[in-house]
Amino acid sequence: MDYFEVFISILGSAIRLSIPLLFTALAGLFSERAGIFDIGLEGKMLVSAFASACVAYYTGNAWAGLGAGIVTAILFSMLHGFASITNRGNQIVSGVALNFIAAGLTIVLGQAWFSQGGRTGQVPASGRFSSITLPGADMMREVPIIGPLYANVISGHNILTYIAFLMVPLSWWILYRTRFGLRLRAVGENPGAVDTAGISVSWLRYRALIVTGFLAGFAGTYLAIAQSAAFINNMSAGKGYIALAALIFAKWKPVPVMFACLLFGFLDAFANFMQGKSLPLIGEVPVQIFQALPYILTCVLLAGFIGIARPPKAGGVPYTKER
Amino acid sequence: MSFEPAKEPAIELVGIDKKFGAVHANKNINLTVAKGSIHGIIGENGAGKSTLMSILYGFYQADEGEIRISGKPVTIRDSQAAISSGIGMVHQHFMLVENFTVLENVMLGAEGGQLLRRGVASARKELKRLEADYGLDVDPDAVIEELPVGRQQRVEILKALYRGAEILILDEPTGVLTPPEADHLFKVLRVLRDQGKTIILITHKLREIMAITDTVSVMRRGEIVATRKTADTTVEELAELMVGRRVLLRVEKGEADPGKVLLSVKNLTVKDSRGVTMVDDVSFEVRAGEIVGIAGVAGNGQSELLEAIAGIRKPSSGEIIVNGQSIAGSDPAMLRALGLAHIPEDRHHMGLVLKFEEYENSILGYHRDRRYGGAMLDLDAIRKQAEEQIVKYDIRPPNARLKTANFSGGNQQKIVVAREIERDPDVLIIGQPTRGVDIGAIEFIHKRIIDTRDAGKAVLLVSVELDEIRSLSDRILVMFAGKVVGEKSGEAGEQTLGLMMAGIAA
Amino acid sequence: MSTASVPLPGWINYGVIPLINLALAFFFSGIVVWAIGENPFEALQLLLVGALGRGEGIGFTLFYTTSFIFTGLSVAVAIHSGLFNIGSEGQAYLGGLGAALVALSLDAYVPWYVTMPFAVIGAALFGAACAAIPAWLQAKRGSHVVITTIMFNFIVSSLMNYVLVHMLIVPGKMAPESRTFLPGGQLPKLDWLIAMFGGKLGAAPLNFSFLIALIMCFLVWVLIWRTKLGYEMRTLGISPSAASYAGIGYSKIVMITMLISGGLAGMMALNPVMGASARLQIEFVGGAGFVGIAVSLMGRNHPAGIVLSALLFGILYQGGAELSFDMPAITRDMIVVIQGMVILFAGALEYMLRPAIVRAYQQFARSPAGGR
Repeated sequence: MDYFEVFISILGSAIRLSIPLLFTALAGLFSERAGIFDIGLEGKMLVSAFASACVAYYTGNAWAGLGAGIVTAILFSMLHGFASITNRGNQIVSGVALNFIAAGLTIVLGQAWFSQGGRTGQVPASGRFSSITLPGADMMREVPIIGPLYANVISGHNILTYIAFLMVPLSWWILYRTRFGLRLRAVGENPGAVDTAGISVSWLRYRALIVTGFLAGFAGTYLAIAQSAAFINNMSAGKGYIALAALIFAKWKPVPVMFACLLFGFLDAFANFMQGKSLPLIGEVPVQIFQALPYILTCVLLAGFIGIARPPKAGGVPYTKER
Repeated sequence: MSFEPAKEPAIELVGIDKKFGAVHANKNINLTVAKGSIHGIIGENGAGKSTLMSILYGFYQADEGEIRISGKPVTIRDSQAAISSGIGMVHQHFMLVENFTVLENVMLGAEGGQLLRRGVASARKELKRLEADYGLDVDPDAVIEELPVGRQQRVEILKALYRGAEILILDEPTGVLTPPEADHLFKVLRVLRDQGKTIILITHKLREIMAITDTVSVMRRGEIVATRKTADTTVEELAELMVGRRVLLRVEKGEADPGKVLLSVKNLTVKDSRGVTMVDDVSFEVRAGEIVGIAGVAGNGQSELLEAIAGIRKPSSGEIIVNGQSIAGSDPAMLRALGLAHIPEDRHHMGLVLKFEEYENSILGYHRDRRYGGAMLDLDAIRKQAEEQIVKYDIRPPNARLKTANFSGGNQQKIVVAREIERDPDVLIIGQPTRGVDIGAIEFIHKRIIDTRDAGKAVLLVSVELDEIRSLSDRILVMFAGKVVGEKSGEAGEQTLGLMMAGIAA
Repeated sequence: MSTASVPLPGWINYGVIPLINLALAFFFSGIVVWAIGENPFEALQLLLVGALGRGEGIGFTLFYTTSFIFTGLSVAVAIHSGLFNIGSEGQAYLGGLGAALVALSLDAYVPWYVTMPFAVIGAALFGAACAAIPAWLQAKRGSHVVITTIMFNFIVSSLMNYVLVHMLIVPGKMAPESRTFLPGGQLPKLDWLIAMFGGKLGAAPLNFSFLIALIMCFLVWVLIWRTKLGYEMRTLGISPSAASYAGIGYSKIVMITMLISGGLAGMMALNPVMGASARLQIEFVGGAGFVGIAVSLMGRNHPAGIVLSALLFGILYQGGAELSFDMPAITRDMIVVIQGMVILFAGALEYMLRPAIVRAYQQFARSPAGGR
């Protein structure tokens, strides 16, 4: 087989696999930089996938599906906020609870509404985000190297993919160039400084969680009505946790988050490709290694062997005003 | 009130009253501070100073009373309201974002628009102006965590000024400063006053009040008991007002009878977690039957010295010898076995587990001892011993099953003192034995320390209360900037020691 | 003044508040049931009857309870040292490998009671091994154990996947699972226990590991409140600085705690692997590790409380399964929703009602005194 062609196809698939990670990791970025640990990303992705599939199925409109996905994920995010900001509950516990509720609720409701064992109905083509061919992609295809790269890696994705990549500089800009971003970063490090500056810590953290829900809504929608055409039981399949790993691996910074997600997406794509194949010299590499690699890499990073990952200082601690 | 300011008032408090449940934190506070003056508020820990300032800055609402600024009544619901009323606060624990730059910290909450760009430019310009006006120079692009503490405090002041503060409240500002840094702070405060700002300085240090303030109020048990012109009062009068009766300056004690050396420290150097040298080449000895006091302004390395001797902090060089044995590499448990007992500076942080019942704390650190069982805890033996100590040390309420958090400060400290002294150690090291402890318990604890000495033990005492050092110690070492800058007899005068503590004389 | 510092009597803290939280969780779960067009009260009744109505139901309930006791204890032990181990899931999974390896090597040669002690040790060792690296990373490198244990859940999942698919699979079979253990590798059913109460165990897999779980409860209680090690763990858990003052080694206690915690999680595998299916199957833990978090929280990290809350979740699991037979509109996953609700209300929102309860209590306490 032509190695370059293989490479191109893996690359294209890596991008497709990294998009839900990218949306979710950016979602986590906003919440964790504001000092709210969020292991409920998985659940948010799942409920938004379910909501978007349902709405897209009934309306036949992909954008309505996206809207529903976003709204649902924000609602879940607000529940996390209610528990961990307003009631000062344990953020980890709250995240675990939301993951359980999401996993159960999507199946229970799916079964009640569609009676297909937790699947939703098949979403019609109009209710999906289908791939877009960028201008000139077909013409360029013949150009050596750049052509296939453009036509098969850059072009040919759905609109959400391009939005995902736009979200990276946008997130960076919001975090580092706006008042909201400055305050958000501050509240994750020292909420006392924000409070004494006359800014409401709770409202700021709630707003961060709204952004988190917004982005997680994109992730779920992508899974359900861009990558597939229906909601399937537990379709997030741990992607929320890989995204969390990517976020940590990227040391809580937006641009590195993109590279971490691409790396983890590439590992996934490569694992799929390697299924049943063997490498020269090494022989068959178990696909499980690639599945575990994102987590292993993150642990190695956390151990301080690849620089120091310093989490937001106030992360995980409910803010108490009284002194 | 005995004193009315001549100039127009910047801030007036009328009948401020605040209760927390059964605790009456502020009782009918009336206070007027003139514009362009420095007003000190002095009082012991727990006198209600911090509550009053928290009311001014909008953390708490007063139950009753009125706040007037420049003659106009204001309601301060939150920090935002305090800021817009022209009040700025420099907190004891800085409210800075450590991985932000100076500029970002100054801007936070006063960014001047949704986008940062324009705000950054104007903040830069404003910082330049503040530097020129008040001599407050800081590199706007420096990251906070890389700045020394004194600089960080300056950023706090800049933050307040940037928000247009006319009234600046400083809460225990010198607690973390070295003497030169404190001097610099005072210089800045004078400049600010001369430019028309009003400054309220909260402290429990008499010397600071005398050095810098124009007027002073003394708080005791939630009340303002007196307001004076600083020039018209004396340290003695203020001290008496603070405590409510003549301070007992001398504890009854006989002549020391020093025996052999039990604790010896040789060329000890200790660094803190950031790698800053806190104890710098310190050497001294403590003999059996004597109390050696270490005097010094807080933060001059005493805490680190104590922790190094106690085995909690690893020295970077030097030697510590307890009972003839070098303790290099020993942990606190091994040191206890060697006969070293440690009453730590902070009982809440180290000396006690507040959620434990009293009897559980009575073995903390000694729990491995065979007398408390092998692998299992011998609860009967532990409780019996705890009850004996409760009687002997008059710990109240006399209940070994009560949660430690429910004892008063003095009784908590007695639990620690009982635990450490009753083990009959050869060397006893003590940090701040009476911080936050009521007068009755202070006398009791002082008596116990002297008894320990008289029983032929070596006692090393660290305290920031100079009076305590002077009344207990047989010899006094003064620490300044990590070094022992001099040794005096226990009879040394306050002034001599004070100058040494400030790093001026040796 | 805030109500957070007002002390409440034990019967409110450990009785009233958890019960109200539980009621809220059931209330919202009931709304879900109602929303999909079923009668929540009928559903609750079916659930309870399914879980406790017959000997077989009780047997299943206690079977699930057994697993949750192990994982609940695992989480609780870590919490006493101030560590949040959310890796019980993976530790239990790897523990299954330990138990299975012992069973596979001994079952042909010795009776079950000889295999059992080795299997307990094997399961505990493998579970502990899974906790060892996160423990070491926390103790020596300061990496947050919450994050590393999450990572290890996935690493172990991949590892077990490989082991089952490539190594333990029965040649020629499709299902990624080990061969069935011979009776020498199986734990006996506890027919007599149910029979004592006049019921019949039937097909329920309640087995000897239930007794092991109860013994572990007692041992954990002794460990935490009666041994010097437990004293050191609690000291570290409440106040790390006091622990360092007392010469209690941070790294040592973190390592020991996590190994014990992982060991307890590993032992959970005895129940499904050797007690029920008699083989090592893929994903046999099925979320029990995460349920352990809820069990420990609801049980206030005390073994007695853990037994009670494990029983509650056991009832949910078994009753939920029965419920889905009787009300096909409600799938088995309804119990996952209820679990989530219980974790949310009893865990994350445990303080939500406290201020109101404090106020009510103060009114109540004042009125007889004030009404002389």
